[in-house]
Amino acid sequence: MQVLKRVSIALAMVVMMGSAFAATEQKAGAPDAALLKSTADHSKFKELQRPFQSGPEVTKACLTCHTEAAKQIHQTQHWKWEYVNPGTGQTLGKRHVINNFCTSVSSNYKSCASCHIGYGLDDKFDFASQENVDCLVCHDATGKYKKPAGFSGHPVTKDTEFPPGSGKIVRGIDLQAIAQKVGKTRRETCGTCHFYGGGGDAVKHGDLDSSLDRPDKALDVHMDAEGNNFTCATCHKTEGHQVPGSRYAPTAMDKGDAHLRGKADSSNPATCQACHGQTPHGMAKLNDHTDKVACQTCHIPAFARGDMPTKMSWDWSTAGKRDAKGKPLVITNDDGHVTYNGIKGDFVLEENVRPEYMWFNGSVKYTLMGDDIDKSRQPIAINTFEGGPNDGKSLIWPVKLFRGKQPFDPVNRTLVVTHLAGEDDTAYWKNMDWEKAIAAGMAAVGKPFSGKVDFIETVAMWPITHMVAPKEKALACNECHAREGRLDKVEGIYIPGRGGNRLVDTLGWLASAAILVGVLVHGLIRFVNRKH
Amino acid sequence: MGRIYIFTRFERLWHWTQAVLIIGMLLTGFEIHGSYHLLGFEQAHRVHNMAVWAFIALWVFAMFWHLTTGEWRQYIPTMTNIDKIIRFYASGIFKGEPHPFKPTRERKHNPMQAQTYLGVTVVVTPLLWLSGLAYLFYNELTAAGYRIDLGTIATVHTVGAFLMLAFLIGHIYLGTTGHTPSAQFRAMLTGWDDDH
Repeated sequence: MQVLKRVSIALAMVVMMGSAFAATEQKAGAPDAALLKSTADHSKFKELQRPFQSGPEVTKACLTCHTEAAKQIHQTQHWKWEYVNPGTGQTLGKRHVINNFCTSVSSNYKSCASCHIGYGLDDKFDFASQENVDCLVCHDATGKYKKPAGFSGHPVTKDTEFPPGSGKIVRGIDLQAIAQKVGKTRRETCGTCHFYGGGGDAVKHGDLDSSLDRPDKALDVHMDAEGNNFTCATCHKTEGHQVPGSRYAPTAMDKGDAHLRGKADSSNPATCQACHGQTPHGMAKLNDHTDKVACQTCHIPAFARGDMPTKMSWDWSTAGKRDAKGKPLVITNDDGHVTYNGIKGDFVLEENVRPEYMWFNGSVKYTLMGDDIDKSRQPIAINTFEGGPNDGKSLIWPVKLFRGKQPFDPVNRTLVVTHLAGEDDTAYWKNMDWEKAIAAGMAAVGKPFSGKVDFIETVAMWPITHMVAPKEKALACNECHAREGRLDKVEGIYIPGRGGNRLVDTLGWLASAAILVGVLVHGLIRFVNRKH
Repeated sequence: MGRIYIFTRFERLWHWTQAVLIIGMLLTGFEIHGSYHLLGFEQAHRVHNMAVWAFIALWVFAMFWHLTTGEWRQYIPTMTNIDKIIRFYASGIFKGEPHPFKPTRERKHNPMQAQTYLGVTVVVTPLLWLSGLAYLFYNELTAAGYRIDLGTIATVHTVGAFLMLAFLIGHIYLGTTGHTPSAQFRAMLTGWDDDH
């Protein structure tokens, strides 16, 4: 017994010494925690050691070293707000599409330009200007950079009363301090715009909201602040400022293998397959799904999971009500979220939303300004995800369907641009007069307006691809392999458990029942006769 | 009254293992098909797929046994005396007539029985096997260029399953038609047929 004890003590000591060595070794190999990842400390640059009165002044300073950056930005959708879809030939992008939120950026640039990667975007904007590229909106590391609505995408550097005469003060920000601290993009910088699309936090996408600033693992397994801590750019990996991944031309099906470090790869790095490849599951039968079902379908069981409700529908036709004081009526729900606003109409908000599912091949067709629309065929598709079970390019995707009821011109049978934001008399949010607001909006894009206003139901599709849950939270088989399961309405595919050949089932059960009854009757006769 | 040892140990093991596997696969299979909820789809699918590999392994042994012992001859179809068998089940059985067929080591099954077992072996089982394997390896088949609709495969598999279910009901019932209702079950358990 004594011997055994000694041996075990000796063994324990050896193990401890071994682990001590291992620890020192690891320390020697790992970089100092205080090591700067960047080779430059921007606060030491002379160009940035002065006060800045405006955004373009900062950009000029940036360009003295980063000579090609603005030209790179010029090629992006972030700058152009325009995208010509080579597949459909349609001219898209924020400057051209009509949506069923605030309908259009046209005539509303003063407000909407807050989310442009530039300064001063309007109808006559110079897209060749380098100094009007906004470096800080993406590279701010302080969290203090702001581009308030109403300033055409400019930051405010001196305390300013806005709207004029309102008594409300927009605080000026210190661009020098921000410029000296620039860094890589973060979830928060991308989120400045992408989390707040559609007019507020969580409104537009459903799978992008400010809960992703610091998400936990349950909300997003990749962006988990305590774990993998991905930034947006970890997947949307840029090269020369070009950001891959677009909802105008998404990669619906990626047949490629996982990207390898060092291997030249031109495919979209933001797809699941770009890291996980084609056979990510340990169980072979699960891998059998990847040719028909998008990863997102099982791995994003619901969107708006971060305690932020997303907007599911917006009815503009009820706008216009005022309260007792003559101000636009505002109604909030128990959680403090606005469900009616006199200047906007009725909203439906939802959390933990189960997506709709449909075949999608990556091609998106839009209903654009001037396209003929027929009220008898409402809801009008703001955009349509194309694809089907047999084109070899489609997968079953989760989608947020956003329903709207918005103004249109019943005489010219077209969707309209509404002039909403602004301090002038024609802006709807100022005077709540549809005819004036639409006349101004249509004039801004040079399109005819009959003067008549009617409302039409519309529906928009948003692909669900963020808020990927940990694998334990992925959909269980029976969510889809069941009658009236999640994929109940998806046509053109046989899903075991969803219901088979009706005739075979009916005949099969009838025949089985007949045989059972037959033998029971046979047995009953035997029993009654008591002979066998 | 005499006793003969009619079912060997392997035969009984084969029969009852197969019985458990077939009943298990019917139960889980119809759940996968969406007919009812019992284990849940995932569990049903797992059990069904494990059972099928056990079934295949068992069949390899059973085939070997049948070929090496010559027992396959038990299933050679014959029409001789089949009319007597049918007449017995249609009327004689109700009047207490003796069974017209006496099993022996050389011929364990009456002609109707042998024909049915042969049908199950050469029609129903291959239908299930082929469609089942195509179901299981559907993606591999598609990748290899065989464009078979999964719905068609599943339908064939379901038809096979219904045929098997029909056989099972009849088989269990006819098992009660020995000289006592439990005699044939006992024979299948102990190997001894005591109706001699």
